[in-house]
Amino acid sequence: MQQSIRVLIAKPGLDGHDRGAKVVARALRDAGMEVIYTGLRQTPEMIAEAALQEDVDVVGLSILSGAHLVLVPRVMELLRANGQDNMHVIVGGIIPDEDVAVLKEAGVAEVYGPGSSTEKMVTDIRAAILGEPVA
Amino acid sequence: MDLVEGVRQGNRLALARMLTQVENDTPLGREGLNRLFPFTGKAHLIGITGSPGTGKSSLACRLAKAFRALPEQPKVAIIAIDPTSPFSGGALLGDRVRMRDLSGDGGVFIRSMASRGALGGLARTTSSVAQVLDSAGYGLIFIETVGAGQSEVDIARLAHTVLVVEAPGLGDDIQAIKAGILEIADILVVNKADLAGADQTMRVLRSMIDLGYPSRLLRGCNPRAEDAHGVMVEEALPPWEPPVLQTVSASGQGVDEVVHAIQQHRDYLLQSNQWRQRDADRLQNGLDVLLQATLVARLRASLPTQAYEQILNQMSDRQLSPFEAVAHLMELSSVVQKK
Repeated sequence: MQQSIRVLIAKPGLDGHDRGAKVVARALRDAGMEVIYTGLRQTPEMIAEAALQEDVDVVGLSILSGAHLVLVPRVMELLRANGQDNMHVIVGGIIPDEDVAVLKEAGVAEVYGPGSSTEKMVTDIRAAILGEPVA
Repeated sequence: MDLVEGVRQGNRLALARMLTQVENDTPLGREGLNRLFPFTGKAHLIGITGSPGTGKSSLACRLAKAFRALPEQPKVAIIAIDPTSPFSGGALLGDRVRMRDLSGDGGVFIRSMASRGALGGLARTTSSVAQVLDSAGYGLIFIETVGAGQSEVDIARLAHTVLVVEAPGLGDDIQAIKAGILEIADILVVNKADLAGADQTMRVLRSMIDLGYPSRLLRGCNPRAEDAHGVMVEEALPPWEPPVLQTVSASGQGVDEVVHAIQQHRDYLLQSNQWRQRDADRLQNGLDVLLQATLVARLRASLPTQAYEQILNQMSDRQLSPFEAVAHLMELSSVVQKK
């Protein structure tokens, strides 16, 4: 029996900057996770569909366009509609401090802004999915 | 929710979760496969293989779209396999990037798989994953291999029809006559045919096919033959000769011809009874692999504690040869019948 944490990394919306998403995808891969990368300019519907088909444990959304307050709740809504209620959703990108609370209210587990450590991201995900203690 | 019931009723969440169980080879996954197996054997499994960067994912996307546009609208699944890192055990599965056009079609199901250490272009459980999709009513299942190159031939054992995808400028005529990946092709596709050198690649592949099928030059002269008693009989179906086709995935040019060739190959397999033969070969291969794994596991479990490690140490010290080591282990095992 072989198991791996499966993560979907997606970029909803219209900004074309995927450097951050690729850095995160690479870091999670190096931490032994299976990362499904979907590319630029995804609609919330496309992301929810991919999360369903791939039966991932984690959805990571990278947004630099400022549209996070529209896009993220929509993704959450669609995940729930598909029956994936307990999905561990994380958000990265340029998110103003006052919006972080709003996103968490919508069900987002964590928001990682510029300068976040990928190590912390890995520890957080492993703690949430595998129940590993946070060092 | 019972996952097996869900899979049979077309519940996509149940299907996705069952695929995870099967991919991880859990007890739940095995029990699910036992119950779903009677419903398998209907799907047309189509392998897509070829070097990295030849456009396998884009072609799979185009083909899936073309099949969905047919009047009968078959349900189409794609299993896309990418390599697992031997160092971290992680994987970056990026085939979906090329398949965004399929999004929103409820009759298409795409699943990415990491190879998880298996060589040969597939993951160990790809065959089982295909069985689940088959039992869920997906009539066409495309299986896109890792794309490592020349020895990636496991797909030939799994699929009914194998597409080998080439692109211009990747090798000369010696590459084309080497044993391995080109030998397993039922259909050869030169993708990116808008690039320079496409005609040259087509010529090389066609001449390779000519070398492999010399008898085709005579075909048509003698469509009927006499048996030993001089009675005219229908000649057996001639061997399938892989067509060499050109596509441009980016524009969709040539895709309809590939669809047509896939349908022709399916008809050929059914008429020549090779459909059944390939199915039997696949099942036998799966059975042998499972049998070996089970026997090894039982043997290991039956050995006294540390015996395996001690014998391995003796081998490292060059006190035992591999053959002697196996003989010792057989002697020590309680499941092997002693002579």
